[in-house]
Amino acid sequence: MAKTILAVDDSGSLRQMVAFSLKAAGYDVIQAVDGQDGLTKATEKTVDLVLTDQNMPIMDGLTLIKHLRGLSSYQKVPILMLTTESSDEMKAKGKAAGANGWLVKPFDPKRLIEVVQKVIGS
Amino acid sequence: MTIDMSQFYEVFFDEAEELLAEAERLLLGIEIDNPDTEELNAIFRAAHSIKGGAATFGFIDMTEITHVLENLLDKIRKNEMALTAEHVDAFLAAKDVLKMEVDGHRVAAVVDQEQVADVKMMLNSLAEAGGLVIKPANVSIAQKPAPISIIAAIPEQALQQPQMRTDGLTQFHIYLPEISDKDASNLEEELGLLGDVVPSKNAHGRYVFVLTTDSSQADIISICSFVLDPDDLIISLAPVSATPVSATPILAAPVSVVVAVPIAAEKESESFNNLSKIKIEEENGYGLFSEDGNDEEGYGFFAPFRPHPDAVITALIGDDTVMTEANSGVAAVDIVAAQTTGSVEKRISGRRDSDKAPANIETSSIRVGIEKVDQLINLVGELVITQAMIEQRISHLDPLLHEPLINSVGQLTRNTRDLQESVMSIRMMPIDFVFSRFPRMVRDLAAKLGKKVEFVTVGAATELDKGLIERIVDPLTHLVRNSVDHGIEIPEQRRAAGKSEIGVLTLSAAHKGGCIVIEVTDDGAGLNRTKLLDKAAKNGLVVSENMSDSEVFALIFAPGFSTAEVVTDVSGRGVGMDVVKRNISAMNGVVEIRSALGFGTTISIALPLTLAILDGMSVSLGDSIYVIPLNLIVETLQPRAEDIKTVTGEGRMVHVRGEYLPIIALHSLFNQHTDITDPTLGVLVLVESDGKKSALFVDRLVGQQQVVIKSLETNYRKVPGVSGATIMGDGCVALILDIAALIQMGQSTNYLTGAMSFTNNANHTTQSSNA
Repeated sequence: MAKTILAVDDSGSLRQMVAFSLKAAGYDVIQAVDGQDGLTKATEKTVDLVLTDQNMPIMDGLTLIKHLRGLSSYQKVPILMLTTESSDEMKAKGKAAGANGWLVKPFDPKRLIEVVQKVIGS
Repeated sequence: MTIDMSQFYEVFFDEAEELLAEAERLLLGIEIDNPDTEELNAIFRAAHSIKGGAATFGFIDMTEITHVLENLLDKIRKNEMALTAEHVDAFLAAKDVLKMEVDGHRVAAVVDQEQVADVKMMLNSLAEAGGLVIKPANVSIAQKPAPISIIAAIPEQALQQPQMRTDGLTQFHIYLPEISDKDASNLEEELGLLGDVVPSKNAHGRYVFVLTTDSSQADIISICSFVLDPDDLIISLAPVSATPVSATPILAAPVSVVVAVPIAAEKESESFNNLSKIKIEEENGYGLFSEDGNDEEGYGFFAPFRPHPDAVITALIGDDTVMTEANSGVAAVDIVAAQTTGSVEKRISGRRDSDKAPANIETSSIRVGIEKVDQLINLVGELVITQAMIEQRISHLDPLLHEPLINSVGQLTRNTRDLQESVMSIRMMPIDFVFSRFPRMVRDLAAKLGKKVEFVTVGAATELDKGLIERIVDPLTHLVRNSVDHGIEIPEQRRAAGKSEIGVLTLSAAHKGGCIVIEVTDDGAGLNRTKLLDKAAKNGLVVSENMSDSEVFALIFAPGFSTAEVVTDVSGRGVGMDVVKRNISAMNGVVEIRSALGFGTTISIALPLTLAILDGMSVSLGDSIYVIPLNLIVETLQPRAEDIKTVTGEGRMVHVRGEYLPIIALHSLFNQHTDITDPTLGVLVLVESDGKKSALFVDRLVGQQQVVIKSLETNYRKVPGVSGATIMGDGCVALILDIAALIQMGQSTNYLTGAMSFTNNANHTTQSSNA
C-alpha cells in the first residue's frame, strides 16, 4: 500500500508542487493549508510522514510539530520541515519541537523525493 | 522522472497576485505609529511566501526584491526597527514592481528595469538606515546542479565512511563547547586512547581536537560524554582533499557530521554555536553555511533518526545522537530564468511602460462565447447518454467473466459524471449577481412608500446556471417590489399590530435536493384568505370555501388578479404575478406561497440547478418509458381496492391519508396500450404542482436517473402534457412529463379518467385533442 504523506504549506503553488511530485513518486498525499488544518488532517488519519512549512497563518509549523508530538500516534512518525530559513537557530527550534529533519526551500522535486525515500522508503 | 514545473506557474502567479493585493490592502490600512502585529505578520508572510514560490519556480528577479522586503519586514515585526511612512511607500512601490514582474513572467508584459532598480535602491537604503545588512538572497536557481542520481550510485562503503583513508584511519574534527583547560586536557588524554589527537584553540578560545583514529564516531561521543554533554559536541569529518580514496568527484562533496546543538543550551550558547560552526567551516573549507549558495540548499535530519530500511543508503550517517547534514550536490530548480531575460530585453529604456501592460491580464479568467459552452454541455450530454447505453449493455454480462470490462466501465461512469459536473459548473454563477441589485431598490422603494424596511440576503454565494440567473431577475424584481409594496405595512400599522416599525425583507437562496430554492420573505400583513376569495369570485374565477390555503394563495397568480386596495405606481395593477408564474414555469420551476395573516408571506421558488439535466423517475406504461421530474413527486404507492373511489363527475379518486386525489390514468390520456388497467395492480405516483396534487396511474416504477433534456418542440412540435424528451440508456426515446399541464388536463378531462379510461378502448383520439 502506498505510504501517505501529509504536506502542510499555506502556499498553494508549493503545496501542489510537493503533492504532485510525491504522487508521481507513488505516494498518497494529503494536503493542508496551515498548521491547524494539518493537525486536523493528521488526526483524522495517521500518516507515514509529515512535511510542513514553518511560516504559516493560524498555526505555524513548529507549533504543529509540537502538537503532533503530543499525540501518541505521532511519536514515531517522521516529520520534516520545509523551510526557507536554514539558520542554525531555526534548525535547533525545529529539533526542539520534535522535527526529524529539514529541507531548505527552494528545492527541486527530485531532491524532495530523494529525501522522502530516504526517510520512509518508496 | 522529470517533473514539469511550469504546470505550477499559473497557480503561483494567481497566488502571488492574491498575496500582493492582500499586502497592499493591509499596507494601505496600517497605522504607522502603532502597527498591528498580526497585520505586519500577514504582510511579512506574503513577502515570504512569494519569495519561496519565486525561488522554487525560478523567478529570481522576484526573489531579490522579496528577500530585501522580507528582511525589512522581519525587523519591523520584531520591533527591531520602527515602521515609517517611507517604509510603507517603499513597500507599496515594491508591491507594484512585484506585480509588474509577475505580469512579466505571466504574459511577457514589459518590466521596467529602472523602476525595479529604483525600488531595490529604496529598499536597500531603508535596510541600511536600519542597520540591516542584507546578504545576497540565499537562493540559487540558475546553477545547474549535480544530478541527484549520482549520489545514489555512490558505493555504499564510500558513503558510510567517505573519509576513510588508505590506512583505515578516519580524521575527525571535534569542536568542544566552552570547557575548562583541565577538562580539555582530561579529554585529550581519553581521546588519545583512540588515536592521534591534535588539540588546538579556535578564534573564540574553544578547543578543537583533530583526532585520527580507526574508531567510530559513536566511540568518540561516548568518551566525550564523560566530561561534557554530548549534545554540546560538534564532530565533523576532516576535509577529504587529503584522502587518496576519494577519486570520484562526487566524493569531494564533504559530509559533516554534527552533533546536534542541545536545545536547553541553545539559548545561551546560540552565538557560540553559530559562530563556531561558521568558523569551523571556514577552517575546514567545507562551506556548510558559507556564501556559496549551493550549500544553502541542503537538508538534514535531526537525531534520533534512523533511515528507513528500504531507503537508499546515502550520505546519511546514522547515529542516535548525531545530526547529519548531507551536503551533497545541489539539485536546483531546472528552470533557466529565461523569462527574466526575455522581459528585460523588451524594456524600452528611459520610459516607464508598466502602465501599458495588457488590461485583460488582471484576472486569469477567459471570456468564451456562451454558444461554445452550450455546445460543450450538449456534447457532454450526448456522452452521458452513450455512457448510460454502455452501462446498460454490460449489465447483462457475467460479472466474473467480464470483470475488467465492468471495472473499466465503472471508471468511465465516474469520469463521465465528473466531466459533466465540471462542464456544468462552467455556467454556474453565484446568485449574488441578482441579489446585489436589490438593496438599493428596496431602499428607494421603501423611502418612496414611507416604509421602513431592513433588507437581508441569505446564501448569496449559492450558484445557479447563468441562463437561469438571467431569467430569474424579472420575476424576483417583481416579487421584491410586491413584498415592499403590499407585504410590509406602513410603520403606524406595524406599531398598531405590535410589531417593530422596521419591516424585514429576506431574500434567500439555498440548494435543496437537486434544486435551488429562492425565497422572498416579508414579515408584513400576510395574505388574507377571505379577501382573496371575494376578489376571485368578483373576477369570475371558480372558487369554493373548501379550497386549501395553498390553492387560495395560488389565486394571486391568476391573470388580472390584484388584491391591493390601492393601486400604487409601484405595483398592484393586477399584472405581474401571472407573468412571474409563467416565467418560472418556463424554467421548470415551481412557485409556492406560504403565508400567515398578520405574520408575513414567503414566496418560494424552486428551480432546477440547470436546464440541461433533470433528475427523473422513469416509469413504464406498456412498452414505453416516461420520465417524471423527481422534484415534483410526493410519494408513490400501490393502492388498496378500498382506497379507490369513484366520484360522480370527478372520475376516480384515491384516498390517501384523509385526502382524496384525482387519479390520472396515463395510459388513457396518452392512448398507450397496457395490460394493467386496474390501479391496484399498477403504481400511483403522487405529484404536486402549483399546490395541487394528483395521482398518476402508471404500470411500474423503473428507476431514478439523471436525464439529458432534449427539446421536443425544436425537433417535432409541442405536445400537451409533455415538456421534453430524452434518450435512455438502451437508445429508446422517453418522454418527460409536464406535470403541471397533466394535473390541469386531469382536472378538465377527469370524466375521461373516470368513466371509460379503465376499459382502455375508448375514443382516445378525441380525448387527446381535447387535452
